[in-house]
Amino acid sequence: MGRYVARRLLQMIPVFIGSTFLIFMMMYVLPGDPVRALMGEQAFDPTLVEKMRHDLGLDQPWWWQYGHYLAGLFQGDFGTEIASKREISEIIAAAFPVTIRLTLFAFTFTAVVGIGLGIIAGLRPDSVQDRGLLTLTLILISMPSFVLGYLLQYFFAFQLQMVTPTVQDSENFGDLLLPAVVLGSLSLAYVARLTRTSMVENLRADYMRTAVAKGLPRRRIVGVHLMRNSLIPVVTFLGTDIGNLMTGAIVTEGIFNVQGVGNAIFEALTRREGATVVGIASLIVIVYLFTSLIVDLLYAVLDPRIRYA
Amino acid sequence: MPEKTADKVELSKATAAESEAAAPETATPAAAKARSLWSDAWYDLRRNPLFLISSVLIVLLLVMAFAPSLFTSASPRDADLAKHYLQPPNWSHFFEPDWFGYDGQGRSIYARVVHGARASILVGVGVTLLVTILGTAVGMTAGYFGGLVDALLSRITDVFMGIPYMLGALVILTTFAERKIWVVIAAMAFLGWTTIARVARGAVVTIKQSDYVVAARALGASTTRIMLKHILPNALAPIIVVATIALGGYIAAEATLSFLGIGLAEPTVSWGVDVATGKQQLRNAPYVLIIPSVMVSITVLSFLMFGDAVRNALDPKLR
Repeated sequence: MGRYVARRLLQMIPVFIGSTFLIFMMMYVLPGDPVRALMGEQAFDPTLVEKMRHDLGLDQPWWWQYGHYLAGLFQGDFGTEIASKREISEIIAAAFPVTIRLTLFAFTFTAVVGIGLGIIAGLRPDSVQDRGLLTLTLILISMPSFVLGYLLQYFFAFQLQMVTPTVQDSENFGDLLLPAVVLGSLSLAYVARLTRTSMVENLRADYMRTAVAKGLPRRRIVGVHLMRNSLIPVVTFLGTDIGNLMTGAIVTEGIFNVQGVGNAIFEALTRREGATVVGIASLIVIVYLFTSLIVDLLYAVLDPRIRYA
Repeated sequence: MPEKTADKVELSKATAAESEAAAPETATPAAAKARSLWSDAWYDLRRNPLFLISSVLIVLLLVMAFAPSLFTSASPRDADLAKHYLQPPNWSHFFEPDWFGYDGQGRSIYARVVHGARASILVGVGVTLLVTILGTAVGMTAGYFGGLVDALLSRITDVFMGIPYMLGALVILTTFAERKIWVVIAAMAFLGWTTIARVARGAVVTIKQSDYVVAARALGASTTRIMLKHILPNALAPIIVVATIALGGYIAAEATLSFLGIGLAEPTVSWGVDVATGKQQLRNAPYVLIIPSVMVSITVLSFLMFGDAVRNALDPKLR
């Protein structure tokens, strides 16, 4: 187990460096010069611009800039924004908690409601509730999140006036409810379908027949024998989905005006603040990589047949 | 894109019932020999109502994309603010320019919705084609040659998979001042080929060890010949399954990007762009936003149902 974790952690390094490098290069070739943008419309001294570019290291070749950036990153230094002189770690510290709160809220919603609906449908295959769930999830899957976002905003905020159309206070769970539902809806549909399918498959398993034949109470059959086996693929999906939820938040945050990571990235992109974009992206990539590792380890806990050497 | 792992079971029942119905036919050896995987799949598909409904919808959308003038004579760019500013829909005027009302610039929403089909279909089909070609090439090379080539290509796949899709698309697309359809297609394909590469690699690794490949190699067939004649046709089924299901997702992704203002942009007529313009009037004229949204959803739904049906027909595990 320990060796497996060590190997996985080592494998993460090239993937992490590769993905940050790709994003860094995309920002590097991006036209537009942050120093030039700083000068605005007024006349400026070209030597001053050159000096600033030199001080910021922008006149260096790309590999120097990337190496410099990475060296700083490993010391926990994300760099400074050029225009605002703000520490990027400060921007991240302001935006990340908001997005993480939103993501966790959406994740909980997805897991609880998704698995719940899946169980209701999966216990009685081909019943009314089963067909209803399949139709509902198909509709949810085919609705891009901005469509669902605006529909819910229109009905709940404008028509029924139950909530405010945009999020005023990101620490208020009532405010975050609607964005979280919108963010989680796609995953919810997948989770519900996955739970249902894997339950229906396991209902026919031999160990289920044995459990019934032994005369075990129904609660034990469903709760222990059926659920433990059926939830393995669901846990895998939920784990890998945390990363998807975090990037999905970019769209949701835009609709409901949540001041999270998505907003920060958008702002940085328009101001050509490369370091901010790469910094936030690197953190999201790390979340991606670690959740997939945790899922693989959880796998072994849930399914004793799997052993990691 | 999250992969679809759901609802195999209820449809497997349908296919089971169908194969029972088909049993007398397969019982005779001649008929069993005549049916390949593909003709068998086609046999299943013709009897699947989901497949029939989604095909009709898709054909309709394709006609709309390539010959919009069959549906409306109004131009999607004609704007008459004085006469038509936010004129509400007239639901009984079927196929008239005012059927779905007018938007905030006095343009016929019906005409825009019809003409917007082209962008969505082009992006969906274009990205799927590119992704399939690129992913299959990478996956097959990695799976066939193995060793160092495999290790290198698989790590590159991991790197691309590690980049969140929306984030990567955001960064790439802001680089382009003018975003034509092919730019959006290329950017989306550049980030999206990884799933197919993994599927293709997995399929090739299994097929490589089969007797007919060993036999072909023993007979002295060249690497190119083995790959194109023996491996590719047998690895194609899982690739096609993943690609058809992904198509709907790409259409949704294009609409999302255009909606965010980093995908397609005016003057290209696109549903995503229309949703973005409609959001300003959500409070007083919700139909401006809702009608193109519904079109996106119907399109994605048709391709999802189509992909589902194709998967159920091609997936040998369900037999």
